[in-house]
Amino acid sequence: MPLDAKTSNDKKAFKSVGTSPIRPDGIDKVTGRARFGADMSAPGMLVGRILRSPHAHAKIKSIDTSKAEALPGVKAVITSADLPKYKDADEDILINIMARDRALYDGHTVAAVAAIDAAVAKKALKLIKVDYEIMPHVTDVDLAMLPNAPLVHPGRYDGMAENEHLALALQEQGKAKSKRKSTNIVSRYDFGHGDVKKGFKQADVIVEHEFTTEATHQGYIEPHACLANVSSDGSGELWVCTQGHFMVRDVCAALLGMDVSSLRVTPSEIGGGFGGKTTVFIEPVALALSRKAGRPVKVVMSREEVFRATGPTASSSIKVRLGAKKDGRFVAAEAVLKYQGGAFPGSPVEMGAMTAFACYDLANVKIVGYDVVTNRPKQAAYRAPGAPMSAFAVEGCVGELAEKLGMDPIELRKKNAAVEGTKSSYGPTFGPIGLVETLDAAKKHKNYKAKLGKNQGRGVASGFWFNFGGNTCVNINLNVDGTLALAVGTPDIGGSRASMCLMAAEELGIPYDDVRAIVADTSSLGYNDVTDGSRVTFASGLATINAARDCAAKLCKRAAQIWDIPADAVKWENGAAHPAGANAGDFPPLSIKELAGQAHSTGGPIAGHYEVNADGAGPSFATHVVDVEVDPETGATKVLRYLVVQDAGKAVHRAYVEGQFQGGAVQGIGWVLNEEYIYGEDGRLQNAGFLDYRIPVCSDVPMIDTVIVEVPNPGHPYGVRGVGETSIVPPLAAVANAVSAAIGVRATTLPMSPPRILEALKSKSA
Amino acid sequence: MSNIHVTTTINGDETEYVCRPDESLLDVLRDRLGMSGTKEGCGTGDCGACSVTLDGRLVCSCLVMGAEVDGHKVETIEGMADGEDLHPLQQKFLEHAALQCGICTPGFLVAAQSLLERNLDPTETEVRYWLAGNLCRCTGYDKIVRAVLDTAKDMRKVAKKSSAKKTAKKGARHAA
Amino acid sequence: MPEQRLLTVKLGGSLVSRAGGRTEFKLEGRNIMEMLRHLGRDCPELEPMLGNAVSVAVDGQIYRDALLHPLNPDNEIILLPRMAGG
Ligand code: FES
Ligand code: FES
Repeated sequence: MPLDAKTSNDKKAFKSVGTSPIRPDGIDKVTGRARFGADMSAPGMLVGRILRSPHAHAKIKSIDTSKAEALPGVKAVITSADLPKYKDADEDILINIMARDRALYDGHTVAAVAAIDAAVAKKALKLIKVDYEIMPHVTDVDLAMLPNAPLVHPGRYDGMAENEHLALALQEQGKAKSKRKSTNIVSRYDFGHGDVKKGFKQADVIVEHEFTTEATHQGYIEPHACLANVSSDGSGELWVCTQGHFMVRDVCAALLGMDVSSLRVTPSEIGGGFGGKTTVFIEPVALALSRKAGRPVKVVMSREEVFRATGPTASSSIKVRLGAKKDGRFVAAEAVLKYQGGAFPGSPVEMGAMTAFACYDLANVKIVGYDVVTNRPKQAAYRAPGAPMSAFAVEGCVGELAEKLGMDPIELRKKNAAVEGTKSSYGPTFGPIGLVETLDAAKKHKNYKAKLGKNQGRGVASGFWFNFGGNTCVNINLNVDGTLALAVGTPDIGGSRASMCLMAAEELGIPYDDVRAIVADTSSLGYNDVTDGSRVTFASGLATINAARDCAAKLCKRAAQIWDIPADAVKWENGAAHPAGANAGDFPPLSIKELAGQAHSTGGPIAGHYEVNADGAGPSFATHVVDVEVDPETGATKVLRYLVVQDAGKAVHRAYVEGQFQGGAVQGIGWVLNEEYIYGEDGRLQNAGFLDYRIPVCSDVPMIDTVIVEVPNPGHPYGVRGVGETSIVPPLAAVANAVSAAIGVRATTLPMSPPRILEALKSKSA
Repeated sequence: MSNIHVTTTINGDETEYVCRPDESLLDVLRDRLGMSGTKEGCGTGDCGACSVTLDGRLVCSCLVMGAEVDGHKVETIEGMADGEDLHPLQQKFLEHAALQCGICTPGFLVAAQSLLERNLDPTETEVRYWLAGNLCRCTGYDKIVRAVLDTAKDMRKVAKKSSAKKTAKKGARHAA
Repeated sequence: MPEQRLLTVKLGGSLVSRAGGRTEFKLEGRNIMEMLRHLGRDCPELEPMLGNAVSVAVDGQIYRDALLHPLNPDNEIILLPRMAGG
């Protein structure tokens, strides 16, 4: 849907959009009334608990549940025997939520119980006897690619085109060809254009480094939770915290062999997701337990379970080579990316590969990505999946190039920046984009001019994310008093209801407070894709605008009937129907309240709808600038100043746009400085808790300064671009560049924890 | 294990319940008393989502036993607003958009209230260290800290006015 | 009859190694669905990927599940892996 004229011509044309009113669900959230995943209960409810593998890789020889079943108070015990055995696309999900013949990672579900209370359930878990045969395991991405690595899925990739990947990978690494057929490399991705060999020949300076990043968890504060209730006729209800209740419904129905229509999923308030709640874990298990027990079952994960069995993103190992002329013009760029995504295919390496050089206009670029399986939990999407790691590597090299050439890092980026018409490194040609605008705004900001002291350094990095649209469906019902009930199908994860209300109010010319938005359950609204890909303000927004226009058209028609004039002789303006045109006649306008009040006696209720598979989401670029101070005694890094500049297309609710910028930046700060999944020799996760997996706390960070750049997206009536994900793309690189500048050594390994920094300082002085 | 009978005061109301000896105050609040405003993010004292005050002291309710509070006073998020009237902190959190998902919000509000009861003029650093036991993954803390500082500023003004009034009244009485 | 002009379809990502290194195809098709059908016929190795495992970039705009989107020979058409966000 194209940009409206008013957006491009006159920024002041908006009344509601661009303000920051209080969200409609606000009071409930500050008073404790809002109900999240674990806050629901049902009469006769049982407590569900899950038994997890303590081994990284083990054959499950047998499971004896008889003692647990015999324990008084236990109402159901399930294993994979209670679930169907599919052999299709759903099989990986099914095996991930309940192991079959092998446990594939520490924390993998092997059985579950439902009991009258938590104490009995806990006891029952202890009575389940699992006979394991421990198998060799691998958790490191580089080790997993070696020809002699233990295989995560022996035989699964025999005879597939992917078998070539190992050979190719080894060739590229200069190692001997393997005779082995099967491998842990499950996909290879190629992107790029031009001739990098030729390009590097023209280079005056070449920078080359190998980088590694560790797996990090989305770290949402609300653990996964759901309440399942399957009745004896096979129909079921599920209350759940998820980023996509329609996805939960469809996947659970498929996994459990239910009709989609017989499962109704109601989304609770959601306590953070960041991509980690775009799939299912406990939901099918809770439904299966409830079906077997014939009672409602609530399952709430512990924090330890969240760390061991959900989420994290991929860890990576990345090699980058970048060549430039003396004047700073890039002539060739090359990267090899290896991402492990846990025990199943699907690491976000292809997106890492596509975004790696997306900020730059390159004549010669080549990117190869490998998706690798290991004995770790199946990775889940994490905010701009795959992109922060490759940006860390590429922007690190860009930073070093700026140093070597003695150029200002922002000027160097500007010189090579992608603009409208640039053929992107992943193929398509860019439309209107705002990278240069973010660079200019960053350079102008006072933070970029602040004086740096001893042991301090400044880092700059840019980042890119695609943004998506997708299937969306919205209803607007006009109430008898002229207020509106707006039903969207995308869970509100950061204030999106407020943005939807703003857009509906804008369209209909009514006060923001007259619109109330809810997130409707799966039986009340058509299908909506998951809240992901920064799509909600764009796609649900676009659908809301059109549903409001549909509503306005119907209001005009009703006014026309009342006035007895043709419908096209009525226009909607400032919250009222007006006669328009020469022969429309002279009638006083009919306000939305007047029309609503007589709707029931003039032809029936009035409602607007819109259903769409939204495309036209515009990419969003960002530039971050950060100053840090590194303590040479302890190796600890303190973030002194942080600036996020990002293109929002059009900021609908300014405060929540800033909030997305700030939240993403701080998650990135955690990733680069502290956070990591630590595995022992035994393949077990050693830091499955917030004490040892340390996310940034309030005293770790400064205020996060923001600048909202607005280069309108031509694919949205108001010019909106998604903003949720880009903000986590640059921080890893920006902070790493700042640390490198402060200590005088290129930092290439994440996290840059104090011991690592001390080591780097030592190697420098040696 | 037999249950323990407990009599306590929660948000000013005398409350009785029974609980197991190994049950946390958090579980009692949420599962036995239906007060689900207090949240569980970890159950191990690391996230602060379960913050309540016990006799005016800020605690993680997941680390306090349900049986321990017998004869004591507990304040939770549900007791923060005065009927329809939000506490100034609640209002400022809304105005500053200091919540995104909102799961951490009850804990932050209870913790911030406990700070302002002790110190109505905290520096940014004091706010940051006081709130360091509360995790928020959405906001990057910026707007939370601003909301707390802004509330403190407003509350200082109100306190000044009312103390000025008091002195004025006192003065008036003296004069009379 | 004038010769029908064909679509130029480029491949990216894992599709390249699947297609045995081929990166460009000349295909018929009035929309994405028809184009994919012809591509599957031309290159059977790609067939299993062409269901919902791909996105299609048309003139810089990425389409997922938009089989009826019209195509013409002047479009820049690039087949990419299906992408998802967080
Ligand atoms: S739930 Fe008590 S501190 Fe996290
Ligand atoms: S607002 Fe989501 S954790 Fe704080």
